[in-house]
Amino acid sequence: MHPVRKKRLFVIVAIVIILSAAIGLILYALQQNINLFYSPSQIVMGDAPHDINIRAGGMVVKGSVKRHSETLAVTFDVTDFQHSVTISYRGILPDLFREGQGIVAQGKLDQNGVFQANQVLAKHDEKYMPPEVSEALRNAQKTTDRKINTEQSTH
Amino acid sequence: MLPEIGQFSLILSLFFALSLALVPLIGYWARNRLLLEMAQPLTLIMSTLVLVSFVILSVAFITDDFSVLYVSQNSNSQLPIWYKFSAVWGGHEGSLLLWVFILSGWCSAVALKVRTLPENVGPVVLAVLGIVSTGFLSFLIFTSSPFVRLLPDIPMDGGDLNPLLQDFGLIVHPPVLYMGYVGFSVAFAFAVTALITGNLNASWARWARPWTACSWAFLTLGITLGSWWAYYELGWGGWWFWDPVENASFMPWLAGTALLHSLAVTEKRGVFKSWTVLLAIFTFSLSLLGAFLVRSGVLTSVHSFAADPTRGIFILVLLIVLVGGSLLLYAIRAAQVKSSVSFGLTGREAWLLLNNILLTVLTLTVLLGTLYPLIFDALDLGKISVGAPYFNSVFTPVALLLIVFMGIGPLSKWHNTPLSVIVGPCLLSMVLSGLLATVLVLWCGFGLLAWVSFTVVFWVVCLSFFDWFSKVSAGSKGIIPRARQLPRNYYGMLLAHLGIVVTLVGIVLVSINSHEAMLRLSPGDSASIAGYEFHFDRLEQIKGPNYVADRAQFTVFKAGDPDPVAVLRPEKRMFTTRQQVMTEAALDAGFTRDLYLSLGEKLDGAAWGVRIYVKSFVRWIWLGGIMMMLGGLLAALDKRYQRRAEE
Repeated sequence: MHPVRKKRLFVIVAIVIILSAAIGLILYALQQNINLFYSPSQIVMGDAPHDINIRAGGMVVKGSVKRHSETLAVTFDVTDFQHSVTISYRGILPDLFREGQGIVAQGKLDQNGVFQANQVLAKHDEKYMPPEVSEALRNAQKTTDRKINTEQSTH
Repeated sequence: MLPEIGQFSLILSLFFALSLALVPLIGYWARNRLLLEMAQPLTLIMSTLVLVSFVILSVAFITDDFSVLYVSQNSNSQLPIWYKFSAVWGGHEGSLLLWVFILSGWCSAVALKVRTLPENVGPVVLAVLGIVSTGFLSFLIFTSSPFVRLLPDIPMDGGDLNPLLQDFGLIVHPPVLYMGYVGFSVAFAFAVTALITGNLNASWARWARPWTACSWAFLTLGITLGSWWAYYELGWGGWWFWDPVENASFMPWLAGTALLHSLAVTEKRGVFKSWTVLLAIFTFSLSLLGAFLVRSGVLTSVHSFAADPTRGIFILVLLIVLVGGSLLLYAIRAAQVKSSVSFGLTGREAWLLLNNILLTVLTLTVLLGTLYPLIFDALDLGKISVGAPYFNSVFTPVALLLIVFMGIGPLSKWHNTPLSVIVGPCLLSMVLSGLLATVLVLWCGFGLLAWVSFTVVFWVVCLSFFDWFSKVSAGSKGIIPRARQLPRNYYGMLLAHLGIVVTLVGIVLVSINSHEAMLRLSPGDSASIAGYEFHFDRLEQIKGPNYVADRAQFTVFKAGDPDPVAVLRPEKRMFTTRQQVMTEAALDAGFTRDLYLSLGEKLDGAAWGVRIYVKSFVRWIWLGGIMMMLGGLLAALDKRYQRRAEE
């Protein structure tokens, strides 16, 4: 082969190898580090895996926030108005965390069905609703409507 | 009346932008000199009209004209005056106007320099900028006009600016960031012009270089300011969150860095021509993608503006038209480009090629991580988020590798590097940096990761010094006259490279040597963290211009020292108009450490949740950013560009 072509081929092969190795590694790392979102209904139905990092979210149930009197431990329930899940967290909650507000928590579901959060996110704008939460609420709303419809039609 | 003039002026500027997009191009194909010469006045008129709109919106804010919907949503009569001005870009519509205003600023800068370009190149560049301006002006006018009125029911007072944005950081961060984002449209315009005129020789790279370096410098400063703002304002003490919107600004920066380097090769050696054009298009596309991600609300992020699907679709169409159009042009033209020059595998070309490959990989890493939730959702696989562990584990090794090569690259020579030039300094630096890092790590008791990082840091510092020294000691003149003769371009590079290293030191130390605690404290309590004693003195209520606050006072002592190190007064503010609670962290900044304290929630009794951090070398992260920015500006101001321009 012509030496210039040989060199060019060498460079191109090197680039292809580096890029495909990089993309392979990227995709592998992505597989390891994604956090799936589950709604309270999905968690109560048993669709969510235990002891794996996931996200859960919904509206904080009024009157459910309980703080420990000595430490920063806190528990509260989140709901999609179908089912609710208890979230346990130790630390400082964000400024916009309050009852009736949509939140997303990141953490693991333990064997008792309590969500052990290591991070709680509330958004920085009170008008803003996390899209996952609003969709979970919409889905729950749909099933309620369907139930009402079927109940009405059976009556 | 004024807001109507503002709106009218915007519409008129769209008309001029459209003419700017068409007239010079017609002139180019019809070989009509008169039409080509129209480009400069058209640009200046368009920019002046945008300036008028911008001033009118600012006046509406400062005079509390709540009959304007956008003002009533984002301002309040109680707001301090400087925040009234910065509230102009506190929401979607106004920040888009700021974007267009800065774009028109860059257009006029090019228009004023147009005589330094060949007579059929400058006008085409302006025409391409006209196309971009037309896109953004119509986006502004048709989907997000900031001049919509609330008549006849004028509200008594406004809804106030989001408290998070009532801060010095927000006055400066968006304009500087946009200067960078939008500045890349100039590099894009030069690249597209090269494709249109078919003049894909080295000259376009020479013209585009100072513009690219300048916008890169602004983008660097903008990202640095954003990181600093997030650090002290969000109250979590983090300086980077891999948030989609941060990534949106980081991707053009990575691509822009690659572009800076490949422009150098294209200019000096005439190779990588088509790759450089492609990179200019990609950098600009990533800026547009960033705008799309932030403004469409498709991704969950702390920065999201309230979502509006029509805006998302408009900007997506804009993205497809501009990027698709330029890529089509590229596909037609690039086949004609042939690099006649070859280069050796040890030449500087090869090192810069490596730089480009690694930067492309880094950009891809961030791009995939940012878009993965969208892809996942589109395929109906569920809602996911990609966390910081992904970015940290993939980005860090590649970035470290890049920094290792960053040390060697500057030593290399064009075409082929004699091994003797590289091997000696590299061996010496390797031994020296390994030794220094070992001593440091053993002395401070750090781990393996710190050893690797510090070896890389010392490696770059040593090699940069060797390179500089070999350049100034060559020849018979003294060191100082030689040092003065070296071009600004070279010192710019040196400064930017050292900036990277300074940032790296900051990142490494802040992540391995920081201490944090979340505690439950009442007035009178103390806590001891990392050799500092934090004493909670008292809590008081204070009143600000548009908020009431609980303010705590902490006195900090160093263990064994009776004199206090600092008095920290963190606040919990309640903004009265929006009824929104905000944490105001208190900081004692230092060259080697920051003391950082923020209030959590009020618990039962007199107790408060309190966050305390001792952050090691965190300032270095931003110091490095400032060094990079200065390096970029120094490179942009190289005498060479001015001289060539005059010729």
